[in-house]
Amino acid sequence: MNAPRDSVVLAPAISHKLGDWLFFNLTRAFAAFTLVVLAGIIISLLISSWPALQKFGFSFLWTREWNPPVEQFGALIPIYGTITTSLIALIIAVPVSFGIALFLTELSPVWLRRPLGIAIELLAAVPSIVYGMWGLMVFVPIFAQYVQPALSATVGRLPLIGRLFAGAPLGIGILAAGIILAIMIIPFIASVMRDVFEVTPAMLKESAYGLGSTTWEVVWNIVLPYTRVGVIGGIMLGLGRALGETMAVTFVIGNSSSLSSISLYTPGNSITSTLANEFGEATPGIYTASLIELGLILFLITFVVLVFSRLLLLRLAKQEGTKT
Amino acid sequence: MHTMNDTNYAIEIHEAASALEAQMIFRDVNFYYGKFHALKAVSLEVYKRHVTAFIGPSGCGKSTLLRTMNRMYDLYPEQRATGELLFDGENILDRKVDVNVLRAKVGMVFQKPTPFPMSIYENIAFGVRLNERLSLGEMDERVEWALTKAALWNETKDKLKQSGMSLSGGQQQRLCIARGIAVKPEVLLLDEPTSALDPISTLSIEELISELKTDFTIAIVTHNMQQAARISDYTAYMYLGEMIEFGLTDQVFIKPKKKETEDYITGRFG
Amino acid sequence: MRLLHQRQLINKVALTLSMAAMAFGLFWLVWILVTTLQFGVAGLSLDLFTKMTPPPNSADGGLANAIAGSLLLVGLATALGAPIGVLAGVYLAEYGRDTWLGRCTRFINSILLSAPSIVIGLFVYAIYVEHMGNFSAFSGVIALALIVVPVVLATTENMLRLVPDSLREAAFALGAPKRIVIMKVALKASMAGVITGILLAVARIAGETAPLLFTALSNQFWSLDLNKPIANLPMTIFKFAMSPFKDWQELAWAGVFLITLGVLGLNITARILFRARHKL
Repeated sequence: MNAPRDSVVLAPAISHKLGDWLFFNLTRAFAAFTLVVLAGIIISLLISSWPALQKFGFSFLWTREWNPPVEQFGALIPIYGTITTSLIALIIAVPVSFGIALFLTELSPVWLRRPLGIAIELLAAVPSIVYGMWGLMVFVPIFAQYVQPALSATVGRLPLIGRLFAGAPLGIGILAAGIILAIMIIPFIASVMRDVFEVTPAMLKESAYGLGSTTWEVVWNIVLPYTRVGVIGGIMLGLGRALGETMAVTFVIGNSSSLSSISLYTPGNSITSTLANEFGEATPGIYTASLIELGLILFLITFVVLVFSRLLLLRLAKQEGTKT
Repeated sequence: MHTMNDTNYAIEIHEAASALEAQMIFRDVNFYYGKFHALKAVSLEVYKRHVTAFIGPSGCGKSTLLRTMNRMYDLYPEQRATGELLFDGENILDRKVDVNVLRAKVGMVFQKPTPFPMSIYENIAFGVRLNERLSLGEMDERVEWALTKAALWNETKDKLKQSGMSLSGGQQQRLCIARGIAVKPEVLLLDEPTSALDPISTLSIEELISELKTDFTIAIVTHNMQQAARISDYTAYMYLGEMIEFGLTDQVFIKPKKKETEDYITGRFG
Repeated sequence: MRLLHQRQLINKVALTLSMAAMAFGLFWLVWILVTTLQFGVAGLSLDLFTKMTPPPNSADGGLANAIAGSLLLVGLATALGAPIGVLAGVYLAEYGRDTWLGRCTRFINSILLSAPSIVIGLFVYAIYVEHMGNFSAFSGVIALALIVVPVVLATTENMLRLVPDSLREAAFALGAPKRIVIMKVALKASMAGVITGILLAVARIAGETAPLLFTALSNQFWSLDLNKPIANLPMTIFKFAMSPFKDWQELAWAGVFLITLGVLGLNITARILFRARHKL
């Protein structure tokens, strides 16, 4: 040991440098790959839907007719179905998720928090095809037999909104799809809200409790305003899910491309269910191009919603970062 | 080889121990964190097979000084050093120096024990494999040698396959020292190696340092003046990025030349 | 005093509703799991794993080809997507924390993480299937791999960021070049988390149906040929459940049971693995 090691010149070892350079560029290439995928999605869908874009122009968006035999395509009904089912889902899921997040952060005994949180997260992990099949086989019959008649007999009698709950109780239809979607996105929104609520500084809450506030007042007046941005971000994230969901919707929406009434009981179609049902049988050419244009529209809508959602969540994180 | 510094105390030191040989020579080393000037024209010599302690209030630049000696600051783009820092006659602040080769010769142990997430054996072998091709038998020998040197062999010889994280804090720190010396460096940098340890572990590390100086040049940063007095041969007192006083430890502690040093040592600082 | 009572009343009502919401959420989970278990177990038999998917109205059949196909698709997609995700995650955490590329990738990845999977299927159709002229197992693998990448990328980056810099410095201090520090020390320290991410990605794609609609399609027969359509559980379930045939529906339930079991099993394993390692 004591023999001093030869004083090699401290010159660069080329192999190390080269290895590091290669590794760095490999990881960088894969990071850039993500951007390439995004650009690729938009460009390839644009190219593949070009015939439809050219033939129908913007009127594609508000044309009602979807008639493959005569090669006339309009996206109004699928877009209506996608947006309506997602809105129904949000109307149900947002208050429920808020309640769950409130329960998990403020009310639940500490020993129950983890298991309940995990249960909610597992609900989020169940594949959507399971929701779809369960919805069609189990939920829809019960829904048609008990829930729809009851709704018609109560809410259905109200002026204006009553028309939404009229018609034959088929079970399948836009309302059923919205409800199944709601069940699907509740866990997503609830876990984001829970995480977001947890960033509220304990000091802030404690000082409100110190003034004699009730739990509800603390949540409503302190936690919610403090985390508003994040809560909206979480809701948008759920909306993004709902808009793009395929299987849960396809099973129960009824798959009808003619929408005869404004009632939520009528079977309809969403962008995703149209794609799922018709793509396999579509003839190449304008039919396929129109379907791909539907996909492009879906991607652009969800992209905007998701960008908005992430920006809001990032803003909350940054606000957090500057405070600690 | 040995270049004399023309300051007075260096001459005295030289007279005190004529067998001294400089391992590292700082000449007007300046260091910057972005715009902040953290080391101001520091010049000194770190002597071969002696312990040099760096003391001073926190933020005085003593850790920064240590981190120039293995170019640790290279990891952070906003940090840079100027001046000359000679190691084996070569200026290691030069961009052309391969930091990987340099660091194999200048080992470092940190404030908190940093065992790698692997077995005790692999912790030691990790650094050796980077620089040498050893047979299995030779590697076994090297691991045993390093652990013995670090006074850890008896406690770990039956559990070399266990995770390095399963050891106690003091043992982990000795594992890190063993890992550092297994590469057979010439210099060992210790950055407050006992500040996260209990008094008993601290004592065993201090004993270890005194033994290791027969083989290695040791530079230690410590906030504990008693520790510096106990284990070092030379002491440097730093304040606000400047080298205030450098000399034999006994001299610095018993008869400091500068008023600032005396104030700090006697606790009248500030 | 009246005001106080009113406030307390509001509080009670709100908290009761919150509990009701929790019960509501759990109610669906329990209901879905119970029916899946009930119908799924009824359909379980050895035939399920040994016999091919049957034509309608024949009592004799199983899901062997669909199970094998799903395993092949998921296995290959993970093998393809996970390394890409891990290496891209390494870039974000170790090289590009604050670079333009790093920030862009991080943001876009978070979008792709929740982008509709059916669009990924369309994308692969447009760039691959359309040009090859036929549906194929390999195109399904690409589509699923594209879903794996964002999941693995995000977890890898997050896990690497939990590794303290002092550990990296310690490895650098021994003279290790950066790639060794990353691969042998930083990644190794976050291995449990990275594997958790990969398991979650597997769980995610195991039940994905939408991206297979335009890529792997389905196949009534046994095939492991990557250039041909391949049978797989989700597509088989979709087809069988939507059919009017009783025996097909029973097989669909059995398939749903297998998928749910697998996905929840993977999720729970991932959690246990992560917790066990991080208690150290």
